[in-house]
Amino acid sequence: MKQRLVVIGAGMASGRMLELLFDAGGDFDVTLFNAEPRGNYNRLMLSPVLSGEKTYAQIVTHDADWYETHGVDCRFDEPVVRIDRENRVVYSATSSAPYDALVIATGSAPFIVPVPGKDLPGVVAYRDLEDTNTMIAASAPGAKAVVIGGGLLGLEAAAGMAARGADVTVIHLMGHLMERQLDPAAGYLLQKDLENRGLRIHCKGATKAILGTDRVEAVLLEDGTVYPADLVCMAVGIRPEVRLANDAHLTVGRGITVDDQLRTSDPAIFALGECVEHDQQLFGLVAPLYDQARVLAETLLGQDAAFKPVQTATKLKVTGVDLFSAGDFADSPGREDIVFRDPGRGVYKRLIIEGDRLIGAVMYGDTADGAWFFDKIKTAAPISDLRDTLIFGPAFASGASTMDPLAAVAALPPEAEICGCNGICKGKIVNAITDGANTLDAIRTTTKASASCGTCTGLVEQIMALTLGDSFTANTNPPMCKCTDHTHEDVRRLIKSMELKSIPAVMQELGWKTVGGCASCRPALNYYLIADWPLDYADDRQSRFVNERNHANIQKDGTYSVVPRMWGGVTSSAELRAIADAADKYAVPMIKVTGGQRIDLLGVQKQDLPAIWSDFNAAGMVSGHAYAKGLRTVKTCVGKEFCRFGTQDSTGLGIKLEKLLWGSWTPAKVKLGVSGCPRNCAEATCKDIGIICVDSGYQISVAGAAGMDVKETEALITVASEDEVLEATAAFVQLYRENARYLHRIYKWVASVGLDWCHDQIIDPAKRRALFDRFMLSQSVYQIDPWAELAARPADWAPLADLTIRAAE
Amino acid sequence: MTNFIDIAALDDIPRQGARVVKTAQGCVALFRTADDQVFALDDRCPHKSGPLSEGIVHGAAVTCPLHGWVFDMATGQAQGADEGQVQTYAVQVSGGRVLLDAASLARRSAA
Repeated sequence: MKQRLVVIGAGMASGRMLELLFDAGGDFDVTLFNAEPRGNYNRLMLSPVLSGEKTYAQIVTHDADWYETHGVDCRFDEPVVRIDRENRVVYSATSSAPYDALVIATGSAPFIVPVPGKDLPGVVAYRDLEDTNTMIAASAPGAKAVVIGGGLLGLEAAAGMAARGADVTVIHLMGHLMERQLDPAAGYLLQKDLENRGLRIHCKGATKAILGTDRVEAVLLEDGTVYPADLVCMAVGIRPEVRLANDAHLTVGRGITVDDQLRTSDPAIFALGECVEHDQQLFGLVAPLYDQARVLAETLLGQDAAFKPVQTATKLKVTGVDLFSAGDFADSPGREDIVFRDPGRGVYKRLIIEGDRLIGAVMYGDTADGAWFFDKIKTAAPISDLRDTLIFGPAFASGASTMDPLAAVAALPPEAEICGCNGICKGKIVNAITDGANTLDAIRTTTKASASCGTCTGLVEQIMALTLGDSFTANTNPPMCKCTDHTHEDVRRLIKSMELKSIPAVMQELGWKTVGGCASCRPALNYYLIADWPLDYADDRQSRFVNERNHANIQKDGTYSVVPRMWGGVTSSAELRAIADAADKYAVPMIKVTGGQRIDLLGVQKQDLPAIWSDFNAAGMVSGHAYAKGLRTVKTCVGKEFCRFGTQDSTGLGIKLEKLLWGSWTPAKVKLGVSGCPRNCAEATCKDIGIICVDSGYQISVAGAAGMDVKETEALITVASEDEVLEATAAFVQLYRENARYLHRIYKWVASVGLDWCHDQIIDPAKRRALFDRFMLSQSVYQIDPWAELAARPADWAPLADLTIRAAE
Repeated sequence: MTNFIDIAALDDIPRQGARVVKTAQGCVALFRTADDQVFALDDRCPHKSGPLSEGIVHGAAVTCPLHGWVFDMATGQAQGADEGQVQTYAVQVSGGRVLLDAASLARRSAA
């Protein structure tokens, strides 16, 4: 007698299984239930249907003829409601079917973010043809669509709707797109490509609510952003559809638990596809699902077969976007990276190697070698012999030879292009050198070679070495850190000229050699981005050194020092009382008067910081930024209000300066002094910026030092009024903020650019005003009391858990 | 033998950051990398006892905030020219929760 086989779900996995079963001549009476009112089609091809590149008819895999030929009893548009295991019968609302063997292939259900408004008309998932048709209908040119979820599915939905003319915004919870398949660098390139196609991408965006009365009107994010929407597509993920299996009391974990033969806890019931869990693993990509279909077909035919998941590779099906990822690409000790970046072409390739095996690959922009790398990952072939040229793919894999790098450059013909940004060939550079350009800067000035993105600097230097012979000496300004060949100056210049506005953008476009930078370059990059793009860039707290991250100075024993601001060194009895109270309340071991005319409380425990800050805030005091690469103190003398020699109100001016400048981030700390007469009691002439009041006005001098180096300030400009002092000082601080290398104090920076140049920028009223305006723009974002902000989240400062009691048991 | 106990949600630890867990033998730092791997190490640099939890996290390494020693977070081994090792503990992430192996903590206290 023929075996009665009942299949629940006409999807890609069960479709493939039936094909294999019939091809092998299996003798089954098949009944196929499906919740959708149609048979099997290629769900992977819904994206081309959405974008208009294919029609539904083109993606049907099994038509009515096929089902008829194989005698399949099709019960489409009939969701199964119950499985009677005892009597081996399956029920829908309108019919039933007895079985000898049952296959559950219910697939997955979209995960719907539980926010208010999720049930409004106009909110769809992206799972089937109905969803796709809804999106097509809503994608008229000018319509506004919001896609929640920047993973594989969400981006395909977004690109498809954009291709039909809709104005599409993608909201993604994580820091970069497709974070499960891509590292931050490739995610950044993808975002850039999609933005160039007109999509709006909002990363780190958490959906708070979907707004609308009768149907969806807008999406509200936690950060307050509102995006108008005629349609919202939820594509944040899927979960196995296990309700039937649960109701039938089969063993279910995250998915329906199956063994190597795809058998569930009931020997007559099998499951396959996205609804199963095998060896604690879930499956979403098509390759392992087809493999399951083969194993299940063979099992049903009475053959020996076992399912073993294999590695899968990912490609995004968006026309014109070229990305590939396979294997494991998490950072981990013992793993090494080979990274290749070609910023000009937007190419990024990263290979992850463990021991002598390739274990992962992420590629963007040029994925031609993806298959070859994927093969190396799957076969786990040793790659040590190929390693030198591995990243260049199969073209180089045969006959790898070690070449003298200079010989390679020497072998280039004169017309070979060296600088891709400016189209400069080797011959032109050689001519410039023979005409007397014997430094890198001279070559950049005369030919522009390596003056844009700088990636070819090494090549230009090699040409110099070849042309100049022994008289060539390499650039003495060392690179920023081991992560890059660029100097600080180059990086600053390129961040501005290429409009790089995030740390991943800098690392990609400037060819960073490490994946996440290091403790040296990350704080520098964070500062440069804050200084250059105050409105666009958001401060990255995790790229800050501990003192700036915790807004207090760490001490040798791990405690912190707390210094409230005392404007111009002036305090009051109320402030002193609040400081004394705090010192008692938090058992502060030492209270010290600082050189900057304020009071330091040393030895505060980290978890007490929010409370002590709140106490100081309540007494009207704010952070003194005693820990910051930023404005520290303005030291003053008493001035003409009390002093018999004072010529101006130096104390008042100092307070005004401190109120103007506080909160600003600078390359290194900045300290000011304001003295009321040339006797200079505020020691202004060894500060970064010193102001000496005289009868006729104010002498501003800069670039003093009183630390490892001791140096007197040099005169910058003399002005007549307090307002001019404020404008010129802020303008000079801004000039320093925009141009200096991270961690260089003002005196070091002035020594490298020259005081004359600084003078020219400040003496010109238009330039001075523009600098002042840019400074004030930055202050509009950054002049905030960090203590007030951070004290509101005390839980972040306490231990995550306390196991002392548990450990003692 | 392992005995994983639930400590906190993964999202309680900032990416490229750390939080500490108090134990009877001192603090243990739980680090989270940019790609959501979690590592557990003694929160104490072998050089001058700096709190590693306050260091900058880059890749799978952390730089001590006091004097810049760099540690591989999986092995606890100091990198580069510095010599030293920090005790590491087994840690797991499951369903968005961070689990720490209490058995390996207990072994430390016995040692």
